[in-house]
Amino acid sequence: MSEDLKLSMSIDIENLTKTYDSFAALDDVSLSIKSGEFLSLLGSSGSGKTTLLMALAGFVRPDAGSIRFGGREMIFEPPHKRDVGMMFQSYALFPHMNVFQNVAYPLKLRGYGRAEIRQRVEQALATVELDHLIERNINEMSGGQRQRIALARAIVFEPKILLMDEPLSALDKRLRETMQLELRRLHERLGMTVVYVTHDQREALTMSDRIAVMSKGKIRQIDTPVNLYERPANRFIAEFVGESSCLPVTQHAGLLQFQGRTLKTGSAVEGLKNPSLVVRPEKLQFVAAEAGEYNHLHGHVADVIFQGESQLVQIDLGEGMAVAIRRPTRSSESNRLPARGEAVVLGLHPHDTLVVGNEP
Amino acid sequence: MSVVELHALNARELQRAERRHRWYLFGSGLPALLLVLLTFVLPIGWLFWLSLFDANGQLTIENYTRLLEPIYVLTFVQTFKISIIVTIACVLIGYPYAYFMIKGARWLANLAMGLLLVSLWTSLLVRTYAWLIILQRRGIANDLLMSLGLTDAPLALVHNLTGTVIGMVHIMLPFMILPLYAAMKSIDPIYNQAAAAFGASPSRAFRDVFLPLSLPGLAAGATLVFVITLGFYVTPALLGGGKVQMISMRIESDVSMYANWGAASSLGVVLLLTTLLMLFIVKKGAGLGRRSE
Repeated sequence: MSEDLKLSMSIDIENLTKTYDSFAALDDVSLSIKSGEFLSLLGSSGSGKTTLLMALAGFVRPDAGSIRFGGREMIFEPPHKRDVGMMFQSYALFPHMNVFQNVAYPLKLRGYGRAEIRQRVEQALATVELDHLIERNINEMSGGQRQRIALARAIVFEPKILLMDEPLSALDKRLRETMQLELRRLHERLGMTVVYVTHDQREALTMSDRIAVMSKGKIRQIDTPVNLYERPANRFIAEFVGESSCLPVTQHAGLLQFQGRTLKTGSAVEGLKNPSLVVRPEKLQFVAAEAGEYNHLHGHVADVIFQGESQLVQIDLGEGMAVAIRRPTRSSESNRLPARGEAVVLGLHPHDTLVVGNEP
Repeated sequence: MSVVELHALNARELQRAERRHRWYLFGSGLPALLLVLLTFVLPIGWLFWLSLFDANGQLTIENYTRLLEPIYVLTFVQTFKISIIVTIACVLIGYPYAYFMIKGARWLANLAMGLLLVSLWTSLLVRTYAWLIILQRRGIANDLLMSLGLTDAPLALVHNLTGTVIGMVHIMLPFMILPLYAAMKSIDPIYNQAAAAFGASPSRAFRDVFLPLSLPGLAAGATLVFVITLGFYVTPALLGGGKVQMISMRIESDVSMYANWGAASSLGVVLLLTTLLMLFIVKKGAGLGRRSE
């Protein structure tokens, strides 16, 4: 199949650098995104994720490096010649155009005929289930509707690359979760390459094929959601992705020890600098006494927090260390819930015993 | 006292508090209302009243029928002509100026704004006389034109329509640029980015997005310039050299030369009504073009 007929395009980023005064927004970033992949750039504000996306769109001019779309160098191309779909955080729907005119705009610029524009706009709006609002004004639309219109406008010309800058961050939680699933389905159906910027790790885990975690202008780890969560490369990733407590671990003759006990791990861990035990709330369970294969943590109940679907029990391990354990809210179990101040033993399966080093 | 009685008592007291609050709101607005009544409504009413009497104090409509005489019609036509020319010139100069202040380098934009404000804060009379000096036969403008070889003999740049328009455009420019600048400033640059992302070249993005979004500001500035120009007196009187007749000058001569308050008042009333009509038309027109939130 020739490059033109494909639904998607690969993106190759090499040694991309962008410095503002002395602040490195992008620090020698290299990244290959496969054709048709859904890749999220995850990071807190100032991590460089938005700068990277804006460099792909052409709104940020990098100091050095290379950006190739489907093998073609793009770094010198102005934004309007990059032929990508784009979704902005604030949607950026044109307030002086109605819904139809907004969605039709990319097609108008590409010189489509009236009939074809009409048909494609209707189709794109049908995809986001807003075809009944086609002649309405933008200021009559709710946040969720605007978000869908912006999506329709971004996909109406079937771009091979779709760039999204935190498109769901303005929506309320319930709508956001619905849209996450819809966007994922849409991606599966249309098949374009998606670069998705978000600061919400849960959103990234839900939607992505791969996630690139960024901080201080660098990519810290790039991996599938499962690997990122279960096998974080270092303490920074472990703390950033998912809930976790990182507890200092001592090393004695190649053995890792915590609270004076040797840790059993699923796989060999060696040569780590300042190793930490990563404990996630859902991996822990209360145990009556120390039993065979588990690692054990000893502490006192500090607080019990009701969160609806689950209860979070905070455990004070002493020496300024604390972990949390999550338990489903189930009436058969609630009466066994420990009281505040009670001494407890927590079990952690060796396969869930994750030890990481500080940042490399 | 039962609970029910107590609650009824509360309800009565709450209603009373609500009424007191409304009186308070009305009372605090009253001084402003009286001021407007005293300084605007009464004088305009008086003006209208005066226009209905002739020089002998007889009730008449002759002050209005007289306005249909050619000399008055001509004055109206010339006033509107000058106002339209000045407004168009202000749009053509003011739009790029304001756009430059938005898009240009920060320090240049600040400089442009500074110059505009200095001009605005300088006395109208000083600026008008300055133009008189610049545009006179042996003035800087003619010297410059001749030294550049654009003309052999000095041009008549002042004491005519040309000078009047030049002076008025200069005086009116801030009234065009400031509202336009405010409107342009409030256009989120994200719209231009969005247009570019979907394939619009910079000029196309300007035409499709920036220009339409700046139209309300343009309409506001143009209306302001047009309305002020309609009643402008000092600058056309000085720079027109008697060759340019605007309504304001006709009013002045009716009062100071003929002491004909009725004639002057009718001119004032008609000028006011035409201005209101213009504002109404522009508001309708701008309303159609604007769909922003």
